[in-house]
Parts: sequence; C-alpha cells; structure tokens
Amino acid sequence: MADTFTPIAPRSAPIKTEGFVPWVRANLFGDVRSSVVTVVMIGLLVYWLPVLMNWLFFKAVFAPNTDACQAARGVGACWGVITEKYRLIIFGRYPFGEQWRPELATIALVGLLVASCVRAFWKPWLLLLWAAVLALFFTLMGGGILGLEPVPTDRWGGLPLTIMLATLSIVFAFPISVLVALGRRSKLPAIKTFCVIYVELIRGVPLISVLFMASFMFPLFMPPGISIDVLVRVLVGITLFAAAYMAEIVRGGLQAIPKGQQEAADTLGLSYWQAQRKIILPQALALVVPGIMNNFISIFKDTSLVTIVSLYELTGAMGLALNSDADWRPFKIEAYLFIAAIYFAFCFAMSRYSLWIEKRLNRSTTR
Amino acid sequence: MTEPIITFDKVNKWYGNNFHVLRDIDLSVAKGERIVICGPSGSGKSTLIRCINRLEEHQQGTLKVDGVELTDDVKAIEQIRKEVGMVFQQFNLFPHLTVLENLTLAPMWVSKMPRKEAEERAMLNLKRVRIAEQAEKYPLQLSGGQQQRVAIARALCLTPKIMLFDEPTSALDPEMIKEVLDVMTELANQGITMICVTHEMGFAKAVADRVIFMDQGQIVEQNSPHEFFSNPKSDRTKDFLSKILGH
Repeated sequence: MADTFTPIAPRSAPIKTEGFVPWVRANLFGDVRSSVVTVVMIGLLVYWLPVLMNWLFFKAVFAPNTDACQAARGVGACWGVITEKYRLIIFGRYPFGEQWRPELATIALVGLLVASCVRAFWKPWLLLLWAAVLALFFTLMGGGILGLEPVPTDRWGGLPLTIMLATLSIVFAFPISVLVALGRRSKLPAIKTFCVIYVELIRGVPLISVLFMASFMFPLFMPPGISIDVLVRVLVGITLFAAAYMAEIVRGGLQAIPKGQQEAADTLGLSYWQAQRKIILPQALALVVPGIMNNFISIFKDTSLVTIVSLYELTGAMGLALNSDADWRPFKIEAYLFIAAIYFAFCFAMSRYSLWIEKRLNRSTTR
Repeated sequence: MTEPIITFDKVNKWYGNNFHVLRDIDLSVAKGERIVICGPSGSGKSTLIRCINRLEEHQQGTLKVDGVELTDDVKAIEQIRKEVGMVFQQFNLFPHLTVLENLTLAPMWVSKMPRKEAEERAMLNLKRVRIAEQAEKYPLQLSGGQQQRVAIARALCLTPKIMLFDEPTSALDPEMIKEVLDVMTELANQGITMICVTHEMGFAKAVADRVIFMDQGQIVEQNSPHEFFSNPKSDRTKDFLSKILGH
C-alpha cells in the first residue's frame, strides 16, 4: 500500500452543553422571544424584590407596638401582631395560665406522627405508643385528674385542635374507606347497597352541612339526658365525610388490579380476607398513594371548617384573636400569612412523605 | 380400576342466558392420568378445567373432585383448592412479593406452616423448576419463561394431587416454551394427575395418556395420542389437526 497516513484535520471542540452558562444560554436566551421574556422578568424581579424584602423584613415591625405598626403600614409588615397574639392564635381560648398543657400535648402528638413515619418503628409497640400518646394528649388537654384543672372541650382550640382532629379523622377514616371500597365491590347485595348509599349521600352534601348536622341536629335525636361531646360529634362528622371520598379512591385502585390476581389467590386456597389483605389491597393501595395523600392533606385543611360549630381551631383562633381587638384587627394579613406558613409546613411534609412512600412501594416493579 | 379422581357427569354451564359454554360434559380422570385438552378458541376448554377448582361454577350436572362434590359449600371448595394446583396463561404471580414470598404465602397462610418449613419447601420446588437462584427477585424482574416456572413451583408448594395448566405456554416467546415444557414433562413423569389445555402437540404426543378434542362446548373426541393423531375419527378433529399441524 502506497497510501501514507494522513490524520483528519483537527476541529474545534463542540459547544459546552453543561454548566451554568450553557444552561442560561439554552433556557433563558434560546431565541428572541425567550430573551425578551427573560429580560422583562428580571426587570420585574429587580423592581419587586426590594419592595417585598422591605415589606417582609427590613421595614417590618417586629415589636408588639401598634403605633409603629400603623406608621409602617403599606411599606412594612407588622409582625408585632404575631409577637402579641401568637399564644391566642396557637392555643385559642385555652386558659392562658394552663397553656403549657396544650403545648406539651401538641409536641407529644407531633412526635408520635413523626415516629410513625419511620419504617424502622413499624412494630407492634407502635400501637401501644399511639394509645399512650393519645391518652396523654386527652389527659393534658382535658385535665380533671392528677390535680390538673379541668378544661371543657369547647375551650380547646388552635393548633392542638387542628392536629388532633386531622390525625384522628385520618386514622379512623382510612380503614373505614377501605372497608367501604371493598363493600361496594361485594357480591352481597345488602352490603353493596349500603356502601353505595353511604358514599353517594355523603358526597352529595358539603362538609359544612355535615358538621352542622353533627353539631346541632344530632343531639335532637338523642334521648334526653344523654349528650355526646361536641368534639366527638364533629370528629365523627369529619371522619365519615373523609371516608366516603377516600373509599372511591381506594375503589379506583381495586378496579385496577387484574382479575387474575384474585383467581390466583383463590386457586391457592386463600380466604376472601386473606386474599384482600395479602394480595389485592397491598397492590391497590400502592397505586392510589397520591390520591390518598391528596385526601389526607385536604382533611388537614378542612378541619378549619369546625369554626362553624364554635370550635376554634387554628384558623378560628386566629379570627378570634384579632376580631376582638380593634388595635390589631387591621393586621389580619400578617396573621393569615403566619397560619398559612403553619399549614404549609404540615402539608408540605405530608406530600414529601407520600413521595418517599411511593418510591418504596415501587421497588418491586423497577429492575 | 380405582375410583377416578375427577368425574364430570352431564355437566352444563351457561354464560349469561344464552351462551351454552359446556354441554353435557361426561369425563372421568383416573389418578395419575395425564390429559391434554385441545380445541379451537371459544370451545370451552379453559372453562372446563376452571370448573375443577371452582373458578367457574357449573349450573347443571355433578362434578366430583377427589371424592368431594362441588357445590356452593365454601368449606368443600377450600378443601378442593388445597388439592388442586393451577397454572395460568398469564402466570398471575403476585408482583409485589418476591419469588420466595410468592411460594411461601399459601403454605404459611392456608396450611399454617411455620415460615422456616415453608421456605425450605419453596426452595425445594424452585430447584425442581431450576430457578432457585432467583428466589429473592421480584416476578417482573424475570423473563416470561422464568415467571411461568415460578408459577408452577408456587402451585407445587401446596403438594396438590391434581395440576391444571391453562395454556401455560401461549403467552411465551418461542424460545422460552421449551424450558416450561421440560419442567412440565418432568412433573408428568412423577405421577401427578395433570390436565393441560395446550396446543403444543409435541408435548401431547410425548406425555399425554389421553388427548381430548373439544368444540362448541362439547367433547368431540378422546383417544390415546397415537390414535388421536394418526387416526382421528370425526371430520371436525381432522379439520382442526390439519390446521395446527399443517405448517
């Protein structure tokens, strides 16, 4: 061969596609239109950000001083309203001197919820812990024993009430919803009809009217002399309401499981309940984690409706704290932002946890 | 001859009001017998074997399995299901459980066997289908042929007297059919009663004691494989055989 080896002429390196500058070039200044939008957005940001920062922090009033707050109106937030009223917002009408009790009770309950989220703690003793913490919660809140001054439930309020209502209604509503979903697919006509009627009736009315009925109408049907605490009635109302919605989500999951799974379980001689527990429900519930968590978050926020029946949970307590005080009433926006931040913290934690659950459950289908 | 392990006596079944899917089925299966059922689709062959473990219920006639008549009696059905293993066309493994858990589930929950014993038995049956090294994997991480072998092992874990196969190779890639048929052939040689709906005529020739041909809900013809293939009696059978053996 006479050919001599001639290397290909060198070329310049390709344009970098990773890193900060290429990312900006590709995503923010890709063409004329996106360049214009980027410039406008940056302009708006430059204009608004200082205003926002000033309002939130630099010109905000943190001291509980109404005169200073009035002076700063329009340019600075009045966080003084939180400094002044935070105990009323968080604990509602609970007797001021006894507020260490709801504080401790709330910490215990939140601690329990966090512990329940940890996979390593999913052991039988967790159930005992639940019983113990709930007993502690109600003892601390209600008092009347161990030398604690009794506090009737209509004085309970604020964050402890919100968390307790949400926790208990979720804990009760979830198993009910599973049973109702199974019942709606049952071959037994009585059970099926009952479940259909329950779901359709509850879904057909707003939560407010359920709470109203639970609070005011239900006692009319009770024999005289017997009264059930309003807190319990409201809790039952929220639970039944949430369970009806969740039942339909669970049923969606059940429908998605191929018929062959039930047949395989039957063939192996598993009883109905064994098949549901070991085969059908684990798969069906794994499919509907996003929908279920959606509902949990919704329940957490829906507890704010119990104000309608004079239970002052977080939102209600905030209204109570400010409406009665003409000096602070103008600063409701700041108070709303404060409770919004509390709601967001809980709801965001719940949605992150649901993502983790989904990932865990999907292990078997990822190679 | 000993008492047959399965007897169909004038069994009839309808889907809805007008689809007569099983018509006057008379069939008795001896202990240890290996039967292959074939026929065109919609001929009722799957329905026939699904009646044996009551995944389908018949409406007329009597069906006895291992001395127990199948009725609405739930206890009898549970009893029968322990004696009858079944393998499906679509495997129907439980995707959220590992292979090992798929196998130990029924022994532990139905037969109340201790975990350790159930796992030992599971590993033994996984070895039988030559897939023991996959015990810790999830079903969807396996190939179709491997999944079907796991399904066979799962059925064997209850030590059934009868094994039903409902088109076990129809959902498999051609290369994987052989590994499943090999396992089934081995099983057949171990004396278990087997009823197999399949179009694998090679398997039927090699293994079956009897081949049954069904069409439109009826048993048209039954014979030894040799007679069945070399000397089919009815025109319908001849037509069917020419179609599936013709290429």
